Amino acid sequence: MAKVFIYPGTSLILSDLVSRFGHRPLGSALAVRDRVQTAGLDTPPLQITPEDPKKGLRYAAVEVPSGVRGRMSLYGPQIEEADAGIIIRDADLAFGCMGCARTNELVRFLLHERKIPLLELDYPRSDEEGIRFVAAIKSFLADLVGGVPA
Amino acid sequence: MSEAAAAETMPVRPGVGAGTVAKYVFIDSPDLTPADLGLRAYEIAPAVQIKETCFGLVITGPEAEVDRLIVEIRKFDPDRIFVKDRGFPPGDERRCRANLGGARPGFYGHENELRLARYISAGLRALHDPKKADLLRAKPKKADEPLSPERLAELIEES
Repeated sequence: MAKVFIYPGTSLILSDLVSRFGHRPLGSALAVRDRVQTAGLDTPPLQITPEDPKKGLRYAAVEVPSGVRGRMSLYGPQIEEADAGIIIRDADLAFGCMGCARTNELVRFLLHERKIPLLELDYPRSDEEGIRFVAAIKSFLADLVGGVPA
Repeated sequence: MSEAAAAETMPVRPGVGAGTVAKYVFIDSPDLTPADLGLRAYEIAPAVQIKETCFGLVITGPEAEVDRLIVEIRKFDPDRIFVKDRGFPPGDERRCRANLGGARPGFYGHENELRLARYISAGLRALHDPKKADLLRAKPKKADEPLSPERLAELIEES
């Protein structure tokens, strides 16, 4: 079973397809769950603490907005951990403030920098595109370690 | 107070403990409603917390039990049931719309992707359909692929 980073990190479709085909999707939910379930002084525990932008310094410089560094403290370790990645190019739903937008750019850049197997796709807009979309993801995941042959 | 001592005095909140997972189950099926699926899910795994929603279910419980339940409920409509991890437990006041008003943060993304779910279902069905073998072998389009004349004609007709 390979760890597959999904972009956008909140994608229902990618999360479902990756787990359906036998791999572990790495996305926002797992990073947030780790923080929500980790016992600490904050009650209830916060998904982002003042420590996180400091951890984000590993991925973005100090003059970069703290929103980017805070988000990178969630995504950065997952990108390092990932064995592969799937990117949706036209993911308009990932839009947001400049923190989100710049984080999205940085996430895509870091995924390319890691030189791991990457699959880049657009969302399907018809049944035919849906068939190609699912087949491409299945074939990509089958080639990863622990994948089921397509 | 040390961090460990603080952790000991923390109130026990369902779904927050380590080893507990929460998952969304989305249904886009004409044959199955969230209420039907919720009832069947309780029959399969009574020890798991199941919340019925407008789009499907939110399931919370020990990871092994939730995974087992997901495998079982996928069988009811494998191509039209979609599952995704959730970070927060259900009803969490930081995310629950009952406390915040309006839609839950994150719902808009799910709503957006659920509109495309029927195309994904078509893709999943095609995996078992030998008539679609040609389409399965076709590669997805590249980002820099030029617009085809047929697609241009379609766009002109749509506008």
